[in-house]
Amino acid sequence: MVNLIQRLGSLLIIFVEKLGKTGVFLGTAIFWTFIPPLKIGRIIKQISFIGVKSSFIVILTGSFTGMVLTLQTYYGMEKFGAEALLGPTVALALIRELGPVLSALMVTGRAGSALAAEIGIMRITEQIDALEVMALNPYRYLIVPNILAGIITFPLLASIFNVVGILGGYLVGVKLLGVSQGAYFGEMVNFLDMKDITIGLYKSLSFGLIVTWISCYQGFTTSYGAEGVSKATTGAVVTSSVLILVWDYFMTSVLF
Amino acid sequence: MIEVIDLHKSLNGTEVLKGITFKVGKGEILALIGKSGHGKSVLLKHIVGLIKAECGKVLINGDDIGQSRGPAREQLRKKIGFLFQGGALFDSINVFDNVAFPLREKTRLRKDKIGERVLFELAQVGLSEVESKFPAELSGGMKKRVALARCLITDPEIMLFDEPTTGLDPATARSINNLIKETHERLKFTGIIITHDIYQIFSIVQKIAVLNEGRIELIGTPTEIKTSEDPLVKQFFQEITLEPL
Repeated sequence: MVNLIQRLGSLLIIFVEKLGKTGVFLGTAIFWTFIPPLKIGRIIKQISFIGVKSSFIVILTGSFTGMVLTLQTYYGMEKFGAEALLGPTVALALIRELGPVLSALMVTGRAGSALAAEIGIMRITEQIDALEVMALNPYRYLIVPNILAGIITFPLLASIFNVVGILGGYLVGVKLLGVSQGAYFGEMVNFLDMKDITIGLYKSLSFGLIVTWISCYQGFTTSYGAEGVSKATTGAVVTSSVLILVWDYFMTSVLF
Repeated sequence: MIEVIDLHKSLNGTEVLKGITFKVGKGEILALIGKSGHGKSVLLKHIVGLIKAECGKVLINGDDIGQSRGPAREQLRKKIGFLFQGGALFDSINVFDNVAFPLREKTRLRKDKIGERVLFELAQVGLSEVESKFPAELSGGMKKRVALARCLITDPEIMLFDEPTTGLDPATARSINNLIKETHERLKFTGIIITHDIYQIFSIVQKIAVLNEGRIELIGTPTEIKTSEDPLVKQFFQEITLEPL
């Protein structure tokens, strides 16, 4: 029994220690964000890496999510004769929840894992130490550009996801299932508030921070060897994905 | 000048450095020899401030690098060049950009001047026509040369070499050692070399320190070390001689 309590206690200490280190890492990154000069070239490069190169996968998943959502919603609403509400239901689900969350999860899988691996390899091959020895701050060169790129690109990717999702829903609902075009888009305008859109964007913005923060932290604190990089990559994807879902719940309960 | 005073460090509960004290005078090179895993690289990382000591201090021209923060530490690090064991070249950029990196980031030199300096430093380390290659396309010896050019481009007062010839064939190792000697004659930097090529560095260094289990066992001129009757030093030389090159 005492052993069990000791073990639980040591696990708790490790957890709190890690939480503290992760917090200090974010605090340091935020501090260096406000110390000029910003590395604009690197920020643009990372916007391209996280944003532009993720757009295809976001368009693909967004369109199919919109299509299947429309299909499922139609079958449910048809029973009550409420097909006219198909458009607003699909749009609200996408803009409030599915767009920000699913696009963030997709980008975590594609860019978050790559960020953790890239920074992790830089750590184990002493490239980060080389930056420090050259009197250059690794946060300014590696971490800040990624975090800023995440904050900029995630809302844009979620917006793309929403638009293609609604268009996918239009294809299935209007062209395939015969719902009138006027009802699909007209009711959407009546039911959607600006607040729905802005809160969706706030969510994406915070997911952008979470994914880049966790992925960079995992890479930056990689232990030695290929196994260390592998653990960092897995840790980045799993932790970011869980945090996205948990944070989404808290944001939804507070903001709506 | 580098002064290490009573340096202690433990890693994962094991005491790696147990009170290291030594001094390297201006323009001198000290070779740090000893078995693998006895704290040589850890010591070198303390000197450049990458690892924080538990006790003791490292003075660079009289300033304690361990206690320095922000701009003061940056100023100290600007004086130091560090040749990492694996070169630590940035693998996402080519050779030219790697060597130009410190100048682009730390100086206001014009693009054409930076280009000239890069080509000059690459020529000094015996490399040409490799500017557009990426580190992954270079051999081990070429990587070390590029890394050395990147270190030297800022004219450091102090150079630290972490096993510059490890993993290289004997001919390439000899050429790297010769390059260090020529560069030292040209720039007169203060330096520390961690090496296992004891016989090759006798003509390069002014002092040799033998590190054993976290302590400096013996320090002296190459002749003093070579003729030492210390059993540990004799055993170490025997082992090195028996090791295949």
